[in-house]
Amino acid sequence: MLVVLGLAFLALPHVYANQSLLFTMMTFIALAQGLNLLYGFTGYLPFGYVGFFGAGAYGMSLLVLHAGMPALLAVLGGGIAAAAVAVILGPLLRLSGAYFSIANLATSQILYLVVANPALSPVTGGPYGLKIERVFAPEAAYLTMLAIMLIASAIAIFFRVSRFGLGLRAMTEDRVSAEMAGIDIVRARLIVWLVSAAIAGLAGSAYAWSISVYYPQAVFGLQISVFAIVFALFGGVGTVIGPIVGAAALYALYNAIGITVPQYFELIYGFLIVVLVLFLPDGVLSLLERRGIRVL
Amino acid sequence: MSSEALIELKGVGKRFNGLAVVQDLGFSMQAGEILGLVGPNGSGKTTAINLISGVYAVDAGEIRLQGQRIERLAAFRRVHLGINRSFQVPKPFRAMTVAENVTVAAEFGGSKVDTKQILDDVGLAADRDRPAGALTVNHQKMLDLARALATSPKLLLVDEIGAGLNPGELASVADLLLALARRGIALIVVEHLLKFLNRITDRVIVLNAGRLLFEGTLAQASAHPEVVAAFLGG
Repeated sequence: MLVVLGLAFLALPHVYANQSLLFTMMTFIALAQGLNLLYGFTGYLPFGYVGFFGAGAYGMSLLVLHAGMPALLAVLGGGIAAAAVAVILGPLLRLSGAYFSIANLATSQILYLVVANPALSPVTGGPYGLKIERVFAPEAAYLTMLAIMLIASAIAIFFRVSRFGLGLRAMTEDRVSAEMAGIDIVRARLIVWLVSAAIAGLAGSAYAWSISVYYPQAVFGLQISVFAIVFALFGGVGTVIGPIVGAAALYALYNAIGITVPQYFELIYGFLIVVLVLFLPDGVLSLLERRGIRVL
Repeated sequence: MSSEALIELKGVGKRFNGLAVVQDLGFSMQAGEILGLVGPNGSGKTTAINLISGVYAVDAGEIRLQGQRIERLAAFRRVHLGINRSFQVPKPFRAMTVAENVTVAAEFGGSKVDTKQILDDVGLAADRDRPAGALTVNHQKMLDLARALATSPKLLLVDEIGAGLNPGELASVADLLLALARRGIALIVVEHLLKFLNRITDRVIVLNAGRLLFEGTLAQASAHPEVVAAFLGG
């Protein structure tokens, strides 16, 4: 499956000229998959997932600007920066349900307000954002995002088929029983939290590398979180293919109608969410599972 | 304490919102022993099980497993040390198959066990590929037990496994618990079915209002005026 996905995004630029659209689609597949790792396998829904995306973008850019690091290495640095933010925010995992989601949303906004603070302009560019155009290399950024998308999907496969993933399933079903099965729940959750944050950070880094000039809102905008959540839910969380299908289908739809007639886009998106919640809470791929077809 | 005690509780207490549900609880037991834990509803039996298994944190006192203090350890660490339990209201991983329920405990519980044999022992071998959520409540209780056995416990806490079983099933469960004790597993059995308890235990502890009221044989307990009063509300 990973080979097909990889080859598809390697081949598509040769038959479809809008590489920027393909790049952004990969960005959202990576983000939806990263979010799926956390929500689909532990039940924590991070409304502020974009915070890690922004942390990665800024981490990468600051390493390029202030440490003179090569872009590819700085992308890794961006992933680590997002994971570092996740370590700081680790106590959020003590919360559950809506409390976790809202607290996570708040922390992403705090992060946004910090980097956009005019007083920090010499370091973060403040509200004017950052420019890393000297490392601008869209082809390299494209391949990097492709790799990140594949890594995120490979981790999702690992979660689906491994012993670790079996433990995650148990935890999501019943916390007390999972402990009685000998599972270190705190450790497992923390690992998934860090991995999920790192994926968003890597995606944010590659995104920053690709656009190379951006305002804080471009990498901390809440719409990024909303898209990642809706895309993942639409396809089906807790699966590998679900977030890929969801992000690819809905982002294509977004481009088909959302840019030209945004009023219809909002209407259709709203309708989709209502249909999803009412009839397909486990995503469109659950239609296959209802027919006995096992979805990875 | 006896140096041979597998588990020992000393002065264990637990409060919920100021209400003492377990107070100054102390007892010890040996490997291979079956101890009955009885008492009226609300006497603290299940809370005691939750304190020993680590589902609740103790507010006072100490719990030792083979001499090692464990009252501050997380539940999963106690599982690795050899304590496990079943639940009054069974808690299987409902979306997983019966076999997966046992496998996950064998994988994470730190023991190499024959999961097939365990399912055979509890009478669920034929259901191994069924989702746990599709089992009857009684079978789910047996699955709880199987999952606990998959972690190779030294001490098994069994919470009202007999409720809802017919006499034939009760006899099978009694045989199983006796067989586990013969393997050296210590069992604390919370139960209201005194006939069932009488068959498998030599010693019972009677709790009332969170306190240890009586310790001895079931026959002695049933002749003890305070125990009778506690059960009859006198």
